[in-house]
Amino acid sequence: MAYFRSHVLVSVDPVCVEKGAYELIETLQDELVKQGLVEEVQVLETSRIGDPETEGLDLMVYPEAVHYTKLTLDDVPFLVEEQFLKGRIAEQYIRETKRVIDEELSAPKTKEVRIVLKNIGEIDPLNIEDYIARDGYMALGKVLTEMTPEETIQEVLDSGLRGRGGAGFPTGLKWRFIRNAVGEQKYMLCNADEGDPGAFANRRVLEGDPHSVVEGMIIAAYAVGASQGYIYCRAEYPIAVRTMKIAIEQARNFGLLGDNILGSGFSFDLEVRMGAGAFVCGEETALMASIEGHRGEPRPRPPFPAQKGLWEQPSNINNVETYSNVPQIILNGAEWFANLGYNKSTGTKTFSMAGDVKNTGLIEVPFGITLREIIYDVGGGIKEDKKFKAVQTGGPMGGCLPEKLLDLHMDYEALAEAGSILGSGGLVVMDEDTCMVDIARFFMEFTQDESCGKCTPCRIGTRRILEILTRICEGKGKPDDIDTLRYLCDQINENSLCGLGKGAPNPVKSTLEHFLDEYEAHIYEKRCPAKVCKSLIRFEIIEGLCTGCTLCARNCPVDAISGERRQTHVIDPDICIKCGICEQLCQYDAIEIK
Amino acid sequence: MATEVKEGQDIRKMVRTLVQNHGDEKAELIPILHEINRELGYISDEAIKELSKKMNLPSSHIYSVATFYRMLSTEPRGRHVIQFCESAPCHVTGGRLVWQKLQRELGLEKGETSQDDKWTLLTTSCLGLCGVGPVMVIDNDIYGNVTPEQVPGILENYE
Repeated sequence: MAYFRSHVLVSVDPVCVEKGAYELIETLQDELVKQGLVEEVQVLETSRIGDPETEGLDLMVYPEAVHYTKLTLDDVPFLVEEQFLKGRIAEQYIRETKRVIDEELSAPKTKEVRIVLKNIGEIDPLNIEDYIARDGYMALGKVLTEMTPEETIQEVLDSGLRGRGGAGFPTGLKWRFIRNAVGEQKYMLCNADEGDPGAFANRRVLEGDPHSVVEGMIIAAYAVGASQGYIYCRAEYPIAVRTMKIAIEQARNFGLLGDNILGSGFSFDLEVRMGAGAFVCGEETALMASIEGHRGEPRPRPPFPAQKGLWEQPSNINNVETYSNVPQIILNGAEWFANLGYNKSTGTKTFSMAGDVKNTGLIEVPFGITLREIIYDVGGGIKEDKKFKAVQTGGPMGGCLPEKLLDLHMDYEALAEAGSILGSGGLVVMDEDTCMVDIARFFMEFTQDESCGKCTPCRIGTRRILEILTRICEGKGKPDDIDTLRYLCDQINENSLCGLGKGAPNPVKSTLEHFLDEYEAHIYEKRCPAKVCKSLIRFEIIEGLCTGCTLCARNCPVDAISGERRQTHVIDPDICIKCGICEQLCQYDAIEIK
Repeated sequence: MATEVKEGQDIRKMVRTLVQNHGDEKAELIPILHEINRELGYISDEAIKELSKKMNLPSSHIYSVATFYRMLSTEPRGRHVIQFCESAPCHVTGGRLVWQKLQRELGLEKGETSQDDKWTLLTTSCLGLCGVGPVMVIDNDIYGNVTPEQVPGILENYE
């Protein structure tokens, strides 16, 4: 095999080809021949390396990892001479280009371990070869040629991998149920209906590393004996839908999907199905109803999807992140995976951090990390160095955890015990300016809206809770409201049909437990300690600070502010709608919320 | 978003072509409804009737599906559809003030369409863009880190 001391990578994606990438390669080759370097330097074609909108061509030189940009063909002879003959970096071609900052996913911070996110931002998701170059589809090859379905299941079972959609059911065990189930046709389903507000890890995996999901699904299909699969992706993610469709097409062209995969005799095909905007479709039985062309309403279980799922056939349903972990487990072994993590939760978990934390975005950490480490070490602490108040984990069905629980080791069991859930890994951090009653009301508005209406506890119960919470926020709370809320929470949790209803009371229950004083302040003192609830606050202008600049009076939408120029102004509380515009505009901090 | 209103005949033709391309299995109903919604801006009675015939499904079933999903509409919508993300991460990063500003600027409440058919104001469930909240989408354009002050300028971009 030829040995080259340097490699030149030239991007040949459609945009670069349009800009003359092949002419660049030809000129490079000619110049290397001319300068007698052709046996030392190899020119390789690759997918996108730079910003496609930058003018001119670009290339990368390895092992130095130098990125030359805005090149023309005339620059090539000098560049080759400097870089390869004289071994100097041609500084003048390293130019400032527009850097696209990824606000959602930055370089891994300390304490992060990336398995699911390892390829994202590193490879071109629209090019299967990029994935293959990073050991992609090697796990599939290993499974199809060296492992029986039963061995594959055992490996996943030994790894301790549990469902990343939030329920945490052991993946290998689920696969075994389906393998043993009797049915003419078995289906492999991927739940890509990531609807939890604040969670976007699945979207980034689908958009950034689609083949890891496809490969995971093929391996799972082989293990359980399924021949058809569906990826159910929510319609709010159009780019993910498009990326997955392209990935599936490419895998098919490479013989990785379809009949007789890699000559193994095993056949499996995959399709993308799109939702249409219904949160409840993330529930597995509702998801299957939606694929079949029905309203996405859940049905009672049993029978479980493993026995009677899609079109009444045994169906395996796992989350995007779960599938994406599978190839890595096969490649690196169950033991490697099981050694990461904590207690009965092995491996890593992605979290989407949002809210009042400095570094928002996606992270991947091993199970067992504490909430404090996540918020302060990885997240950089609270914005504007305000005080931490609560963190809401697991989306709208999760609970709000206070300061005293920040040293909790994150795993499925610990969170459940604390009255919250891991869910899909949403983390909404809230600072001292957040009103916990308002937050509970807010989440209840969401579940009330998304309740499909099929079962009464969820449909009516969430509405009653919402009414009470709204009343409390309006300053009309009654002394027995707290007891009524507790009663409703228990009833809804016990009697609802699916996870949406069962989890719906969690935000209320957890805030009642950890922030009862705020409820009491609203109900008994008619006071909102965080100064959020409009009916319980009033805006006042502080004499001495007000310069009488009239800015607030001119911008008040209801003309509630009066006063002479250079005199202290006054807000009429009867007219004021508490929109807060005056407070935002005032340059002298003269407006106070009481 | 919505193209000009189509005549009954055109709608029937469009539905027939869609059923031909997708096939008439029940599982194709939601994909077909998506396309009708995109084409007409909403799913008209005419379209439901024709679809019922071609797919051999009761129109009550089609109607029940079309009204279940938030992204499908059985009411005509404005030329531009604004979807404001109402989920928690956008809420805690100041979404409420942006939402109030939007309502004031347009004079519309949630779910309403303006009299000149220019705007429809909707809220949407989480778009998964929580790193850049508050987020809103107008037609297919996404706006992140929106402040109340930016709202008038953003709206001006639309004819």
